[in-house]
Formats: sequence, structure tokens, C-alpha cells
Amino acid sequence: MAGAYATFTHITDYMGFEGLLTEEERMIRETARKFVNAEVLPIIEKHAQDQTFPKHLIPKMGELGFYGPSLPEEYGCMGVSNVAYGLLMYELERGDSGLRSFASVQGSLVMWPIYAYGSEEQKKYWLPKLAAGEKIGCFGLTEPDFGSNPGGMLTKAVREPGGKWRINGTKMWITNGTVADVAVVWAQTEDGIRGFLVEKGTPGFSAPEMKGKWSLRASTTSELVLEDVIVDEKASLLPNVKGLKGPLGCLTQARYGIAWGALGAADACYQCALDYAKSRIQFDKPIASFQLQQEKLAWMVTELTKGQLLVHQLGRLKDAKTYTPAQVSMAKMNNVNVSLEICRKARTILGANGILDEYPVMRHMANLESVYTYEGTHDMHTLVIGQEVTGIPAYR
Amino acid sequence: MKILVALKQVPDTETKIKVAADGKSLDPADVKWITSPYDEYALEEAIRIKEGKGAEVMALSVGGDTAKDVLKNALALGADSAVLLKGDGQGDAFAVAQMIAAYAKDKGFDLILCGNKGLGGDNAAMGPMLAELLGVAQANVVVKLELGEGTFKAEREIEGGSEVVEGALPAVITAQKGLNEPRYASLKGIMAAKKKTIEELDAAAVTAGAQVSALALPPERPAGRLLQGDAPAQAQALLQALKDEAKVF
Repeated sequence: MAGAYATFTHITDYMGFEGLLTEEERMIRETARKFVNAEVLPIIEKHAQDQTFPKHLIPKMGELGFYGPSLPEEYGCMGVSNVAYGLLMYELERGDSGLRSFASVQGSLVMWPIYAYGSEEQKKYWLPKLAAGEKIGCFGLTEPDFGSNPGGMLTKAVREPGGKWRINGTKMWITNGTVADVAVVWAQTEDGIRGFLVEKGTPGFSAPEMKGKWSLRASTTSELVLEDVIVDEKASLLPNVKGLKGPLGCLTQARYGIAWGALGAADACYQCALDYAKSRIQFDKPIASFQLQQEKLAWMVTELTKGQLLVHQLGRLKDAKTYTPAQVSMAKMNNVNVSLEICRKARTILGANGILDEYPVMRHMANLESVYTYEGTHDMHTLVIGQEVTGIPAYR
Repeated sequence: MKILVALKQVPDTETKIKVAADGKSLDPADVKWITSPYDEYALEEAIRIKEGKGAEVMALSVGGDTAKDVLKNALALGADSAVLLKGDGQGDAFAVAQMIAAYAKDKGFDLILCGNKGLGGDNAAMGPMLAELLGVAQANVVVKLELGEGTFKAEREIEGGSEVVEGALPAVITAQKGLNEPRYASLKGIMAAKKKTIEELDAAAVTAGAQVSALALPPERPAGRLLQGDAPAQAQALLQALKDEAKVF
């Protein structure tokens, strides 16, 4: 029976999705799947219960090349396709959303902005270390009073004499914050919003952990507090971007990975529920033989399959560099939404067993409640799509 | 040092095995193929020797086109080159041993590694046969391997204990679980494997030592029987059944 440790070897593939992948994409997915089966599934429930992040996996994932793998080889990365990156996120989130969030933040929200907006020195210094997992990064955009409207942020950076900047402000809901060696902090300046690399241990900078979450319990979430933090412009300021498009560009990268990742959690719950339904006997037959349960399973596998095909197409567009942020919004909105619903339906198929940590279902379901809201809420992405088709922004 | 690692492609343990219409072979539809886990230990050992003292590692498989996946995976894990001997890799162990021996005999391999058995077939015959055909030393079911200058020292599992054997290279060593902990293919290795090619050769024509005449799934287990009554009554019923039905007394 499908307990938390059940290591299903096959991805759910109803529509020949695997046939759309290249050989190395399939191999990368297999590697990630084996890694998750052996290293993550046996320990993750305890980490979630204890509210701890499995830190010992950080260097292992670095060695395997899981951080920022689609960035170029000259910076210690692997140059894999965007589809391969997506498959990696799928398999990691099949383990736990916290693990995928870690890799998303490291790759898409820290390495990507350094790669896209940083100086050559910043890239050469940070990217190989971040790719190897020797250094950990976090991304500071959201503030206590500015979530969906990041442009209103209060954090300020002011130019000081001698090539320095002074930063003041507070960031909230920052994945990896407490464990990070470097934070990408976005702040208002006289030139608009700019990005700064702030290293751990800089005087005035602290990252207290936020506790008490019922979701993403195996992930570190923190506040970032910046009180008269002085940074050196050359080392810290990301020179090649100004304005809100800087952080939004990063989010587009991360959302792309999330659209894949959420399906991994859904796949885990679907396979668990299918296995359970076939072996759980009530009224002298497996509950999988009842129409109500079949309807749920049919809905789950259909939505999972549609989601796979959606992100596969998006990945190919991204590889061809012809994708748009509004397309990423659709994939994030749809896939997280259906994944959350798949997890909820799986919980009902498992009945009371669904709430136990012997099964991965409740953990995934609770995780996705966060994913539904972070990186652009479901509602905001809906409005982005609305704006895309009508030409009228409804949120201003 | 030149190392050859022989890898067999086998059905994944989760695959629901079906017998093909001929009644003698596996139905390949819906089979997910993997590298036999014992061969993974063999490959890992070869890569560790390469990393430790330097070696050239060649991966080899006998089979059809699907067996290329096993070789691609070996290249991603660190094998330097790969060769596919096109032939029936699922067939008789003696036939496979002859095909590999015909390929390997004049290539100057110092060490040939493979699993102590192929998962599923469980013949545990190919490795020893290969050593005999090549006329080289062998150690089987090995859980620890040390190499000296032209020599090997292998700890092998035997009934109720372990045995240490020493010998001269070249040799065939067959790997057992415990020899090492195989690594995962890294993304770097997978991308590097893209640039390596698999050499494809026709396997030597050989005569099999045995033919499969029939292949059948084990009979389905009948439903269990629940004994009724209190403990003495159940014990009495059990004794009766063992005597009259199972006839163990």
C-alpha cells in the first residue's frame, strides 16, 4: 500500500508525455526521481512534523547540478533545457514543496538575477558557489504591507559617499532567509527600484525565522530586517536593471518552475490515492470500483495530464525564447489550482487515513495552500490573463 | 588500466510481467527497462577505480536498441565509452558469455566487472562462464575489492560467512550488493554523455547452451482460510488440515 515511503518508479503519463522529451530530459528526470525516492521520501514527514529543513541535502543537490541548471556552463551551471529544469522541479516537489522552493529560490530568484542583472565580477564570484550549494541565497521583495503590489515597497536605499549605499526596511515571507549567505534585496532608490546583494553578517542585517506555519513546514521562512545596512556599490548593486521589471523578471522565472513543481505534488497524491483506492476494501470490494471514487480519479488524472502538456508547451516556448510572462501566469495559475484540488480529492479518497503522515497527501495539500498564494496569487494571475485578453488592467 | 563493465537491461521490479504469445518470452509491451542493480554495483566500482587510480572504463551491453538506454546511463555515470553488441541479451547466459568473450578476448582488458546475476533471470552464470571462456581468474559475489600491481584481492560472500580470494589480473569480478553505494547520474554527467557515442556491433554468432521451452507466471495464491472457534478448536483444525490436506505428517 502507498505509504509515505512508497517509491513509485513511474511518472503518471496518460498521454505519452514522456515521448515528447529528449533523452537527456528523461535522464535528468530519472536522476531527480531516484534522488527523491532514496533521499527525501524516507525523511520528509519527520522534517515537516518538526518544522525543519533537511539541510544535509543542500550540498548533495548541488553536486548533482540541481541549482540553476539552465544557466550556462561558464558559470558552473549545466546549460540544460527549460523543460529539463521543469522536470527537475516536478520531481523535487513530488518529494516536498519545501525542497522545490529551496531549489526555485536558489536557481530562479538568486542565481538568475545575478546572471541577468549582475556585473561580470558578481557572476564569476557568486554563480559557481551557488550552483554547487556552497553558498545559499534568498530573495527579498515582499514586505509586511506590500505583497501583490510590490511597487509600493517601503524599503529604501540611499547613496552614501565613497561608493556606498545605506539600506533600511523589512522584508517578509522570505524562503531560505535565515539560512542564506546572501540576500537579493529590492529597494526604492532615487532611480526607481534597484537590486542589492546583501551578505549574511553585514552589520544591521538580520533574518529571524518565522514559525507557526501549517504549510511548507519543511522549509525555512524568514523576515529580513535591514537597519542602516551599509553595502559597497561595486560588490552589492546589481548594475544592469532599474525599476520593477527587475524583480518581476525573476518572478517569471520562478513561476515557470512552480507551474511544473505543483504537478509533482499532485502526481504523488494521485498515485497514492489510486493505489489506496485499489487496495482499500469496503462493502467487499475495492473502493476504486465505486463510481464516485472513479469520477475523482478520472478528474485527477485528466487535470494532471492537461497540466503536463501545458507546461511542456510553455517550456518549449521558453527554450525558443518566445514565451510571455502572461503565458507563465496561465501555467502557474492553472497548475497550482488543479494540483491543490487533486491533493484535496486524494485526501477524500484516503478517508481518515488521508490526514495521517503515513501518507504524503495532507502534507502536499497544505504545502500547496502556500504555493497558491506565493509568487503571484491565483487571483493576480487571473487578472494578468484578463489584462492580456482584454487589454484592460483590472488591478489598477 | 582498462576495465570492461558488462551491463544487462532487465525489467523494472515494479513491472507487471506478462508472458508473450509464444509462451516462451516476456511481452515487452509496457515494460519499463532498467539496468540490473547488481550491474550498477559493478559500474560504480569501475568508476571508483577510475577516480582512485586512473582507468579507462568501457560499458558493454548485449541487446537490441532499448539496451542503449543502459549504456547512455553508464556514460552519464562516468564510463568513457560504450559498445552495444546487437543480439539477444535476454537469452541464454552461455550465449551472452560467448558474445562478450568474442568481443573482449583481444582487447587487453585488465578487469571485467559485472553483476553476480541479472535481476529476474537470476542464473548467476554469465560472469563465471565469461571468465572460463577467456581463461582468466574470477571471483564471484564480491562485496569488497582491492587492486594491487597486477593483482586483486576480493572478499566474497559464501554460505554462512565470507571468503577472501587473491589472484592475478586479468580477472572477471562479479559484484554483490554491499560492494559500494552507486551514485546518481549528475546533470553534468548527463550533459557530457550527450557528446559521447555508443559503438554498435553485431554480436558474434554463437550457439546457445540452453533453450527456453516454456515461460509461465507462478500460479495465483489461493485465498487463505480462517480457522474458526477457540484456540484448542483452531489448533485441532490446523493439525487435521496439516495431516489430511497438506500431508506434512
